[in-house]
Amino acid sequence: MPALPVAIPLIAAALLLAPPKSTRRQIVDAFAVAVAVAVLVLGVALAARSSGGRVIYWFGGWEPRGAGGHLVALGISFAVDPFGAGMAALVAGLMCAAFVFSWRFFEEVGDFFHVLMLVFLAAMAGFCLSGDLFNMFVFFELMSVSAYALTAYKVEERGPLQGALNFAVTNSVGGFLLLTGVALLYARTGALNLAQIGAVLDRGHLDGLVIVAFAFVTTGFLVKAAVVPFHFWLPDAHAVAPTPVCVLFSGVMVELGLYGVARVYWTVFGGIMSVHVPGLRSVLIGMGVITAIVGALMCSLQHHLKRLLAFSTVSHAGLFLLGFALLDPKALAGVAIYVVAHGAIKGSLFICVGILLDRKGSVDERRIFGTGKDLPYTGALFAMGGLALAGLPPFGTFLGKGLIEEQAGELGLHWVPWLFLAVSALTGGAVLRAAGRVFLGWGRRPKFDETSREEGDEDRETTGASTHTPVVMLAPGKLLVAAAFVMGVLPSAPRHAMSGAVQFADHHGYAAAVLGTAPVSPPGPSGSAGATLSSVLLGVAGATGAIAVALLALFRDRLPRAPVGLLRPALSPLGRLRDLHSGHVSDYVAWLTVGVAAFGGVLAAALR
Amino acid sequence: MSVFPFFVAAWLLLVGIYGIATSRNLIHLIVCLSVVQSSTYVLLLAVGYKTHAAAPVFLNVPLSTPAVDPVVQALVLTDIVVGATVTALLLGLVVQTHKRSGTLDPEALHSLRG
Repeated sequence: MPALPVAIPLIAAALLLAPPKSTRRQIVDAFAVAVAVAVLVLGVALAARSSGGRVIYWFGGWEPRGAGGHLVALGISFAVDPFGAGMAALVAGLMCAAFVFSWRFFEEVGDFFHVLMLVFLAAMAGFCLSGDLFNMFVFFELMSVSAYALTAYKVEERGPLQGALNFAVTNSVGGFLLLTGVALLYARTGALNLAQIGAVLDRGHLDGLVIVAFAFVTTGFLVKAAVVPFHFWLPDAHAVAPTPVCVLFSGVMVELGLYGVARVYWTVFGGIMSVHVPGLRSVLIGMGVITAIVGALMCSLQHHLKRLLAFSTVSHAGLFLLGFALLDPKALAGVAIYVVAHGAIKGSLFICVGILLDRKGSVDERRIFGTGKDLPYTGALFAMGGLALAGLPPFGTFLGKGLIEEQAGELGLHWVPWLFLAVSALTGGAVLRAAGRVFLGWGRRPKFDETSREEGDEDRETTGASTHTPVVMLAPGKLLVAAAFVMGVLPSAPRHAMSGAVQFADHHGYAAAVLGTAPVSPPGPSGSAGATLSSVLLGVAGATGAIAVALLALFRDRLPRAPVGLLRPALSPLGRLRDLHSGHVSDYVAWLTVGVAAFGGVLAAALR
Repeated sequence: MSVFPFFVAAWLLLVGIYGIATSRNLIHLIVCLSVVQSSTYVLLLAVGYKTHAAAPVFLNVPLSTPAVDPVVQALVLTDIVVGATVTALLLGLVVQTHKRSGTLDPEALHSLRG
């Protein structure tokens, strides 16, 4: 059963290539949705089954062999725990939404879209469930390659080609760095199974080779997770990819990069680095903070709605990294809830943007200023998404944020809630500002040069101008927001997240389960987790801040001149930051190299 | 076991990234990406190499015969398949870019910025 979430979509993708081209489009659509639903059900079932103990599956029956408690794992395994299966379920859920949304898409282009999406689904599900480092690399690359192809799906336009090139080259370099790290770990341990590598490393001590391997593996995954300065590819890819693809990119693919770091850290390095946690924590927190701030600032500067949402994803990826960097099960539970809620909300926001692109032919808020007044439901959904993104209770985002902030407080990091507040206000405010301009026509009509085609222009993704929004376009967006709502009000959600996090972060328990050695006593009862008054208040504060930022941006010209003038010098570095996002892949790879060198250097200094 | 192959791997990685960062031609850029990937081939094979050992084929020889590590060779094969896929896809994108934009200079592409 654990292999089915990968096998079913792969076989389905192959089957979709078989039938004659004249097959009715509705059949293909229904088939693809059915496959995604099947994977969703399997993911949820696996999460439920593994909550009592990890589900281990050895391909071909190649179980660990050996004698006297020294078992060696040579085979390839899937090791499923609730978080892994839960991520696979999130992937499948967003895939369902994307398939339903694309019901009326790309009428003339054939079925390759569905084939690529199904391969993408299989690769992401495999990445979530795998218990083997090289296997993870292969799924990582399969996921990347199908993502490159999907980005460049509109292969006759310039933007998608350039975006896909930037995406592909940057992420391939990241993938090779990851493989270099895998090779170094194999050189040290002679193992590729996560538990086996961890068990061998536990017997040694932390030296230069292990630190370099950790740096390479981590940066390889962080390129996918769009952490500054590895993030440049993300807005380019998001701005040009078809809307249903954006739902998956922002909702789950970026987060999978971080999932990879967390999985490898706890299974492989959790023992050998346990005495260096404070040093590692400060390095990762630093990266998370920089990413969150850069993403939020860039988000507030965007007019192209897909780019705006993409930078908000960068910003949230920084917050997720910050939560992971606390290296604690409670914060990890918070990150898990936050990731799922964010994925649902971001998916819904992208769906709203897709509807705008369908109805108005552009996603530049200046070009379609005030034209969205005839789309009240889409507008309401978009605004609600902005508020939920800012952490308005009872959407799941506030719960996740609350848990991370609580744990940060226990570690003495009392500035963390302020950072979350600022990021929520800036990213949520940017979404609400766009909602006010597009759907209500608030504020002054922005200056926009109609002849410039620099950004914001895209060809419609649908054929034939529609006079109304089809139900299949709006419904998945509503369902996703509803899912984020349920996450926040379900009283058992924090408890399940907490027990999943304790299991996920249990280095020795994982090794015992996979290698079949003597079971270690499970970690003691975990602390309670749930919504507290302070998390509710902080969530409300974030949403209020977002509304304030949005109003400030919309009615800037009604403010007295003097304070605005005083702010001007503070704004010039923002322009410079914006210029760094040049769209040239050479610059991106140069930044990546600088980032790897800096990360490795700081890490070596911190872990000495 | 000599350290020479590890220097070669590091050199290929660095020179390939330098090539990507300074490239003015997209085809050249993608070949540079392949150079970066070759560094992983060399590294993996070097990791599994044993001096005076045979190929890992145990036909008509005792199982105790020293042999180089077959696992890394399987990894390199997989890696080559991955590389072929990525290179083919990227070259396809470059052909399409040349058709649409009429240039192969990455600095001349201006569809995305800021």
